[in-house]
Amino acid sequence: MTVESTAARKTTRRSSGTKRTASASTSTTKKTSTRAEAGPVEPELVQLLTPEGERVQHPDYDIDLSVEELRGLYRDMVLTRRFDAEATALQRQGELGLWASLLGQEAAQIGSGRALRDDDYVFPTYREHGVAWCRGVDPTNLLGMFRGVNNGGWDPNSNNFHLYTIVLGSQTLHATGYAMGIAKDGADSAVLAYFGDGASSQGDVNESFVFSAVYNAPVVFFCQNNQWAISEPIEKQTRVPLYQRARGFGFPGVRVDGNDVLACLAVTRSALERARRGEGPTLIEAFTYRMAAHTTSDDPTRYRRDAEREAWEAKDPILRLKAYLENEGHADAAFFEELEAESEALGKHVREVVRAMPVPDHMAMFDHTYADGHALVDEERAQFAAYQASFEGGEAE
Amino acid sequence: MAVQKLPLAKALNESLRKALETDPKVVVMGLDVGKLGGVFRITDGLQKDFGEDRVVDTPLAESGIVGTAIGLALRGYRPVVEIQFDGFVFPAYDQIVTQLAKMRARSLGTVKMPVVIRIPYGGGIGAVEHHSESPESLFAHVAGLKVVTPANSSDAYWMLQQAIQSDDPVIFFEPKRRYWDKGEVDTEAIPGELHKARVAREGTDLTLVAYGPMVKTCLEAAAAAAEEGKSIEVVDLRSISPLDFDTIQASVEKTRRLVVVHEAPVFFGSGAEIAARITERCFYHLEAPVLRVGGYHAPYPPARLEEEYLPGLDRVLDAVDRSLAY
Ligand SMILES: Cc1ncc(C[n+]2csc(CCOP(=O)(O)OP(=O)(O)O)c2C)c(N)n1
Repeated sequence: MTVESTAARKTTRRSSGTKRTASASTSTTKKTSTRAEAGPVEPELVQLLTPEGERVQHPDYDIDLSVEELRGLYRDMVLTRRFDAEATALQRQGELGLWASLLGQEAAQIGSGRALRDDDYVFPTYREHGVAWCRGVDPTNLLGMFRGVNNGGWDPNSNNFHLYTIVLGSQTLHATGYAMGIAKDGADSAVLAYFGDGASSQGDVNESFVFSAVYNAPVVFFCQNNQWAISEPIEKQTRVPLYQRARGFGFPGVRVDGNDVLACLAVTRSALERARRGEGPTLIEAFTYRMAAHTTSDDPTRYRRDAEREAWEAKDPILRLKAYLENEGHADAAFFEELEAESEALGKHVREVVRAMPVPDHMAMFDHTYADGHALVDEERAQFAAYQASFEGGEAE
Repeated sequence: MAVQKLPLAKALNESLRKALETDPKVVVMGLDVGKLGGVFRITDGLQKDFGEDRVVDTPLAESGIVGTAIGLALRGYRPVVEIQFDGFVFPAYDQIVTQLAKMRARSLGTVKMPVVIRIPYGGGIGAVEHHSESPESLFAHVAGLKVVTPANSSDAYWMLQQAIQSDDPVIFFEPKRRYWDKGEVDTEAIPGELHKARVAREGTDLTLVAYGPMVKTCLEAAAAAAEEGKSIEVVDLRSISPLDFDTIQASVEKTRRLVVVHEAPVFFGSGAEIAARITERCFYHLEAPVLRVGGYHAPYPPARLEEEYLPGLDRVLDAVDRSLAY
């Protein structure tokens, strides 16, 4: 399959049957004339599990999971949250320079992450610790960059999980290009690209929408709308629900309850399958909330109210699945206890590994600047080595 | 009171406040500049006092921020734009280089471009990647832009207002690791010219030229060298484009030795330009080749290695010794 042939292929829009009409308010209520003109403001939120843990049906998306799978999703979310809490604590103890917490976004990440096949490829931003977990990336690898011992730190090809990207939105173009490559190769894998509501304003993200639509690239854009870009609320990025933008670029958009792991899994799976079938990109907007600060350097009390966070706590993704598992009798006390012990062990492991993470050798600064070598780098490396050796004892600290 | 002791960050804040008060056409724009007051709090309290029309929270799009600032300038406004960190200016680089810098020349001088782009730059704060870079020469290389950087609170206060008053686009680099250093600001003084270098310390044996965050390092190096009986002159450039070669020349004709210090990589950096010009101007005065101390030709390293990468006291003094040994 070539790019040309996939582009030419007639697409069947699976979700075009879903009528996007105004429904109950879940979004912000601030009214402006722009909003009123922009058509239906309140989106249809795909939900399969209510905040109370009740299983509900959706006409377009369904999912049938075994008890084992349901427990697996729960375990993933609990361990991811634990890892995240441990990293936050390590930052407070001075072991990490910075941490970007995913608290509250576990369902969006685990749901979408578990929809992937091994041969799919993920392009994350910098908060996708739960997706990394699903890809089998050793979680302690994620900490090197935040500890300041590397600027990436893993081989993206070993788990098909690309490096974290700090410059907002850049990776969505890489994801699109990678997907174009998949199409050229005639393979049937797909690409999942993550970004935030803030990043959706970047030129790169909009250009990736253009490219992926034009080349019908097998890429799924997964926007975690956690309502805030540092101090800027979603209103400062868009006046229409983000998922509706996709239509203007020529592909479907879906808004999913980002705190509902089942819905996130179902919607992402369906979009990935669509991409595999050669039907092109989909934009998924996971409607969720950043419960912690933007990063450990941020002070959210300057720009948002506690009440907002409290309202979202009632929609906690983990408690929701827990309630469901308990109500259905899918998990007993022993299961939760075992998981608690596993959680403890993970925390301990992360602590130990981070504390033992060495400061890299000073010479490492020069490593990997070029594949072919470079005379100037060689010269500067030699000068640097001589300079270091000139200090007493040869090794400067 | 006219004379106050202020951290550099607060001096910038006071400067913006003064500019907003004095000229109704001044508009402050950027990510998180409103309620949060910017991630470094440089715009703290300004939105509260001047409103959302004057202190504008923007969508998260640097090309958009600079591109719309150009439009506002065309309409008679004087936008002061904040880029959150050095490494995030590049999405806007196209607008800055292909549009902002050239608008005046293309309009045969009929169009003014009074846009200031504030960029916290440089390392030394233990940040993750793209938060510690020194891209000043990438801008100095572009005709049509002015590039300046204060090294102390007084210059922060005055230079920012002078940049805002300029009808040319100014890239205003702020030495982020000096934000918390206090210095005297005389808000009623008559400030020096924006583009004149300043002799920050007099000396007779060698000239150190620096700007922004490295001025402090060089002053410390000069103090340390004084204990060994060496008299070092320190020149704070203040402006990188235009560059005040006269002040450097006068200093080098006196001391006969020159070391240029900056955080940015040495290769194709501003030190190369200074070395070449001063060699032309002072060939018969020089007792030693012009030496440069700066970053390496390698990506800015992770935080735990940045102290090795950044020029510190030892590396500056080492270069001083090498120069004096000629
Ligand atoms: C190009 C660019 N500009 C600015 C920043 C600084 N910055 C880092 S995260 C962030 C907010 C991002 O918000 P969003 O995309 O919604 O993702 P979230 O952090 O909420 O997950 C900003 C402004 C950056 N990393 N890259």
